[in-house]
Amino acid sequence: MLIFEKGQEGRMMTILPECDVPVSLPEEGSLRKKSMHLPQVSENDISRHYTEIAKKAYGVNDGFYPLGSCTMKYNPKINEDTAALPGFKQIHPLQPEHTVQGCMEVLKTAEQYLCEITGMSRMTFQPAAGAHGEFTGLLLIKAYHESRGDNKRTKIIVPDSAHGTNPASATMVGYSVISIPSAEDGGVDLEELKKAVGEDTAGLMLTNPNTLGLFDRNILEITKIVHEAGGLNYYDGANLNAVMGMIRPGDMGFDVVHLNLHKTFSTPHGGGGPGSGPVGCKDLLAEFLPGSMVEEEEGYVFKHPAHTIGQVKSFYGNFLIVVRAMTYLFMLGKEGVPEASKHAVLNANYMMAQLKDVYDMAYQGPCMHEFVMSLARLKKETGVSAMDIAKGLLDYGIHPPTMYFPLIVPEALMAEPTETESKETLDKVIAVLRSLHETAMTNPETLHQAPIHTPVTRLDEVRAARNPKLKHEF
Amino acid sequence: MKVLGDLVYTKTHEWVRFEDETTALVGLTDHAQQSLGELVFVNLPEEGDDTTAGEVFADVESVKAVSDVYCPVTGVVSEINEELLDSPEKINEAPYEAWFVKITDITDKEEFLSPEEYEELVKKDME
Amino acid sequence: MGSFVPATDHDRKEMLSAIGIESIEDLFGQLPQEVLLKDGLNLPNGMSEMEVNKKMEGIAAKNTVFPVIFRGAGAYKHYIPSIVKSVISKETLYTAYTPYQAEMSQGILQSIYEYQTMICEITGMDVANASVYDGASAAAEAVAMCRDRKKNRAFVSAAVHPQVIETIKTYCFGNGMELTVIPEKDGITDLDFLKEHLDSQAACVYIQNPNYYGSLEPAEEIGSIAKEANARYIMGVNPISLGIIKTPIEYGADIAVGEGQPLGLPLSFGGPYIGFMACTKELIRKLPGRIVGETVDSNGKTGYVLTLQAREQHIRREKALSNVCSNQALCALAVSVYLSAMGAEGLKQTAIQCMSKAHYMAEQLEAIGYSVVNQGEFFHEFVTTSKIPAEQVMGKLEEHGILGGYPLTGERAGQILWCCTEMNAKDDIDRVIGILKEV
Repeated sequence: MLIFEKGQEGRMMTILPECDVPVSLPEEGSLRKKSMHLPQVSENDISRHYTEIAKKAYGVNDGFYPLGSCTMKYNPKINEDTAALPGFKQIHPLQPEHTVQGCMEVLKTAEQYLCEITGMSRMTFQPAAGAHGEFTGLLLIKAYHESRGDNKRTKIIVPDSAHGTNPASATMVGYSVISIPSAEDGGVDLEELKKAVGEDTAGLMLTNPNTLGLFDRNILEITKIVHEAGGLNYYDGANLNAVMGMIRPGDMGFDVVHLNLHKTFSTPHGGGGPGSGPVGCKDLLAEFLPGSMVEEEEGYVFKHPAHTIGQVKSFYGNFLIVVRAMTYLFMLGKEGVPEASKHAVLNANYMMAQLKDVYDMAYQGPCMHEFVMSLARLKKETGVSAMDIAKGLLDYGIHPPTMYFPLIVPEALMAEPTETESKETLDKVIAVLRSLHETAMTNPETLHQAPIHTPVTRLDEVRAARNPKLKHEF
Repeated sequence: MKVLGDLVYTKTHEWVRFEDETTALVGLTDHAQQSLGELVFVNLPEEGDDTTAGEVFADVESVKAVSDVYCPVTGVVSEINEELLDSPEKINEAPYEAWFVKITDITDKEEFLSPEEYEELVKKDME
Repeated sequence: MGSFVPATDHDRKEMLSAIGIESIEDLFGQLPQEVLLKDGLNLPNGMSEMEVNKKMEGIAAKNTVFPVIFRGAGAYKHYIPSIVKSVISKETLYTAYTPYQAEMSQGILQSIYEYQTMICEITGMDVANASVYDGASAAAEAVAMCRDRKKNRAFVSAAVHPQVIETIKTYCFGNGMELTVIPEKDGITDLDFLKEHLDSQAACVYIQNPNYYGSLEPAEEIGSIAKEANARYIMGVNPISLGIIKTPIEYGADIAVGEGQPLGLPLSFGGPYIGFMACTKELIRKLPGRIVGETVDSNGKTGYVLTLQAREQHIRREKALSNVCSNQALCALAVSVYLSAMGAEGLKQTAIQCMSKAHYMAEQLEAIGYSVVNQGEFFHEFVTTSKIPAEQVMGKLEEHGILGGYPLTGERAGQILWCCTEMNAKDDIDRVIGILKEV
């Protein structure tokens, strides 16, 4: 039941005191005439409504959440406490600098930590999400080429295994996209790359490990090919959780990276945001960074980079998300950062090893922090698809892996267990996945019906798209 | 899977019905609509747009995919089938009635397949 | 060192043996040895939870928390009902991801559907998306929505928040749209300039109402000028003002966007905030970002799904109109709870109090010689001149724990942009006046 269908005409909460100054109203011509339907409810109505809403949702706090490429690791509670400190939460973004030295220290320290982890020189926290970071990073590349009068460079090379945001971001900065096919082993096909690069290459966008969960062993050669053609290398940090503290994008030949603090650095996903997508770059791009950068003089000061691309949003980005990530990094420190990555990779390989006799793996191991199963053979033999297995998991109260991605693997299920899951949890999920496989072989029909124990069964998406109903009608 | 005898076809699964030498209707074949699944939206060009044989001029959406539709002839869009914008399901229900556009002033064409050749192509596709 | 890894030595041994390897390092064999971090990261050691809590408290203490704030300029201190924090602190809701698995995510999907409905209700528009990053990026996305093959020029009023203009500029640098800034005249959008320059290339006209200086724009006239030129009309609005001020739909807007922070989100040094976007039915397929729709399940029961997804980047890839993928779901939730707690009447009262207090303060300031620059109607922000350098005014107020108005720069150097909300008691306003009298 929607909140609009609860409550009663005339019911309301008492939030505000009486107005203590003479009332001023807009002139007649500026007055709102249109009626407005908002809920008419008590606090109790609201409280119970959202308790009910929460019962029909599923978060990392509820259980295993192996969404590949999304890094659904546990969100430490201390992050919430520090982000709620009045000294962060109650600060106006346009306060004088001498009154926000603590906020600036957070931004500066987070920049230092994350530059060390990525091998970059500078980092902006203005982008609010991964895709926003991609957009920003590509603008830096564009500004760089233009500043050199190199206006022919209009193409971005993207492997066909890339996240969908990569090509979409390239289009937003006016670049055309060259999609290159992956090699047999899932990595970048060097011959295809050599064919694709040229005087019109603005850059390459790559995630490494890639979306198949494989580290591209040719990475140094790949970035070199692009550099030699005069292009720049962009690192999509979605999969950084595999290699933090082991190897750095900067050392692999990347010039600019975006990170997802809501993936790798433990900040909660909030049901789809807010996230944070900081962009780091090497010195050659630093003068183009957006917004204000924190510099250390006598105390901290804000400065605009010399040839800034401007703003990609207001103020300094999703600051309280940066506070959370900073808290996490202070806890992990020098040893904890690589420890997290090592165990993310260990967990993924363990799951893969325990499943590969029943499920076909898109590529043989070892994998990095995630692995991709291909259910094409299962579907052919039993009619049970990746979707059916995913929906089957729902009935066990387990969130399914990412479905049908990467696009180059048929009937793909992409699982990323993360380092914060215990062996007991993994064993339980492995047992469930094996039993679902058993069901597929013996009684496929039940899986086509799944899920049956969720608040709703499979939903009619065609109806939703053909006749969009996007709000409640009063 | 239906293939009509009085139309010509393309390798990219469009059908073409010539009204005269320089005027034709273009749509998607029955085989195409079957493999795309239930369609939920169609993007059509605007009247007056120029088309080039072999280039994308429209796209169709299912819930989880979008597919390009190629124009088999070079000419001018003189009419679009506005009914499809509201009811894309017509493409699924009656693909050979659900024309996308009417092209006039045709100056160039792709190499077409006869109904028999197209049937052959689809058969190979299905294997 | 702090750690959130549960694996014990025993677990590790069993897992390694199941994989068939000796050590975890064996799994990193594909990494190029020549660039491995041999000595590890150059970072301080990790800390315990207790130490980190203390450290972060220490850093936060270096900031000044102003108990009384008369500064807005894009970020507003409003009262946040207790129920808002209670709801957004529910672990299930804040630790969930984007609702890809609809059957398991009905709660999140329904809450977004309710949010979309509320945004339509306050703006009067037909459809709303699930939100974007903030008001500035919402404005930039709205401008990009209007672009088509024949229209590539955006007209943006100079009386829009400068950071919003900057953001639109950046997006235009990316996608190649031409941007014309419509100058301001007497603190509002210059209509004559607009009439003269709007041409057939004009994709849209973007104004903010109330504008950056708090003034109400001649929004109806601007709308008709845009319509005549066949350009889309985008209005950036302060959502609190919609409690009493005419809605974008009444002014003839095609798209309404704005910063949703005033609706239940703390100041947070600038973020996370939330950008809301709503438009007419006609533009529905150009609206970027996630959208939730109602449908039925296989038993005919009502349910909610992410819909119109084929517009989006994960399907359209390089042909998508926008790359937006995440929304600000938790902020959208805060907005929904805020609007539920306030109700239409509460929102109206909030708007009236904001406006009344601003007008009271303006009168008091005028009485002590600060003249109000705004010429027409203003809502809860206004600009005054200052008798002494603005920085000095601010310094004096700061000594009393008050964050004064925002000192403007450029051509308006010396002027101050003040803001009042329902949080500013009459006593606080009188106190400011008392202090200013003495400087």
